[in-house]
Amino acid sequence: MTDQYAVRVRGLRKRYRDETAVDGLDLDVADGEIVALLGPNGAGKTTTVEILEGHRDRDAGEVSVLGTDPRRAPLRWRRSIGIVPQSARDLSELTVAESLRHFARYYPEARDPDEVIGLVGLTGKAGALVRTLSGGQRRRLDVGLGVVGRPRLLFLDEPTTGFDPEVRRAFWALIRALTTGDGTTVVFTTHYLDEAEALADRVAVIVSGRIVAEGDPATLGGRATAEATVSWRDGTALRSRRTGDPASVVAELTARYGGPVPGLTVTRPSLEDVYLTLIEDGTR
Amino acid sequence: MTLPTGAVPSPAILGLHRGLLELRAFFRERDAVVFTFALPAVLLALLGSLITGVYEGSTVTSAQYLVPSMIAAGVASTTFVNLGISIAADRDDGTLKRLRGAPVPPSAYVLGKVFMVLVISVAEVVLLLAIGTLMFGVDLPAEPGRWLTFGWVLLLGVAGCSFLGIAVSSLARSGRSAGAVMNLPYLVLAFISGIFFTPVSALPEPLLRLGALFPLKWMAQGFRSAFLPDTILSHEVTRSWEHGRTALVLAVWCIGGLLLCLRTFRWRGHGER
Repeated sequence: MTDQYAVRVRGLRKRYRDETAVDGLDLDVADGEIVALLGPNGAGKTTTVEILEGHRDRDAGEVSVLGTDPRRAPLRWRRSIGIVPQSARDLSELTVAESLRHFARYYPEARDPDEVIGLVGLTGKAGALVRTLSGGQRRRLDVGLGVVGRPRLLFLDEPTTGFDPEVRRAFWALIRALTTGDGTTVVFTTHYLDEAEALADRVAVIVSGRIVAEGDPATLGGRATAEATVSWRDGTALRSRRTGDPASVVAELTARYGGPVPGLTVTRPSLEDVYLTLIEDGTR
Repeated sequence: MTLPTGAVPSPAILGLHRGLLELRAFFRERDAVVFTFALPAVLLALLGSLITGVYEGSTVTSAQYLVPSMIAAGVASTTFVNLGISIAADRDDGTLKRLRGAPVPPSAYVLGKVFMVLVISVAEVVLLLAIGTLMFGVDLPAEPGRWLTFGWVLLLGVAGCSFLGIAVSSLARSGRSAGAVMNLPYLVLAFISGIFFTPVSALPEPLLRLGALFPLKWMAQGFRSAFLPDTILSHEVTRSWEHGRTALVLAVWCIGGLLLCLRTFRWRGHGER
């Protein structure tokens, strides 16, 4: 039933001269799903995505993207794929509008380029040369070029690297606005946890070319069921207890203090804690 | 899964659109524009002013002889050198990668480039002819036949040199090294084709034979036949314009260049495997 999967990867391997970039990676992405490939630099995220995009050859493994092997995909397969590359310096002497109008020509069901300019928030910059855009504006143009053909599957490679927090949040809102409701499947790479948590339905953590964990960002790595730490202040001393059942510890403390527990906190491991543990275990 | 089947423009139409887009970008890059047009123009004006003399048995001055030759050299430089460098730059800055990621037929890209350099070449010819007539008293031909000769030599020359430039650009490792990769063969070719060393028949026999293998010599000869009076024929290698052979050599380079460029042209750069 490959029809339900936008992306299906089994045993993917890729070696560069003397280093293994992807080492037996399996991945399924359901139609309409938004999946983050999360991992440190050099984990094999970009290589994996470039193989899925048909930009790179693989050494071994089976890959199906929209039911087609990207290695032998016909030109019209590209009409259903949108790509936002990691860094682009092209189109510098053209304007935003010229670039989008030109690329809209290549697709049979293209969006209206002027509408895309509005969608990505570049209305005021439509007539500006691309080389005069700021980093964030340039990235939004790249997204516009990625979606102008109305793709069914959109790839974004580290879309917000180098952004300040405010621009990143605005960018996330853009991706959400572009993808919710129309069933676009999205695969993006990031090394930011908050980005994965904010955008993805599912996170796959890649370390050393393999997927070491995957799941809902809230439950990743057993995060929801991990032991919690209950801390409180006992006079001047800070006390804490690790427990699988924090509610009963708090109830017990409440009874002991006969009311509010001084300095009470209950913490679960953050996504970052889980992630760092996964990376450590994965590289070991 | 079904892939969309809707209609998109043919590669030829897309190529035309790409050509217009490339031209727009080219003319916005002022440094490149000045360099492309000024180099052959300044060379022609300087060399033409420095050399004196009239060719024996004709009324053609050394400067006039230089005009069609420099037009050929200018066209070869635009089509071969500039095109090769621009493709290497497209590879460097991600243009090729973006096009490869979109449903763009490679033929549309190649056509766009050839269309772009054809337009630039025509503009260059106009500029060099203006210098030739205003500074050196070259008479523009009155007979339509000569313009026709000029037309087909230009078209075949532009196409042949463009395909060759596209093919050779694959050898450059980066946009920065492309200048060297493209310019060295071009300069050697210009010398052995009798562009700077005139008249062509004064070249040593082995160099002449080598030059005759490449399109530049034939383009220059074809342009001389269009713009110079036939009295200069005694200074041509075979004392004839050899239009048949010119057409043949240029056509062979067009076909060979196209085949070579289809074989060697890659969307991807070195190390992107």
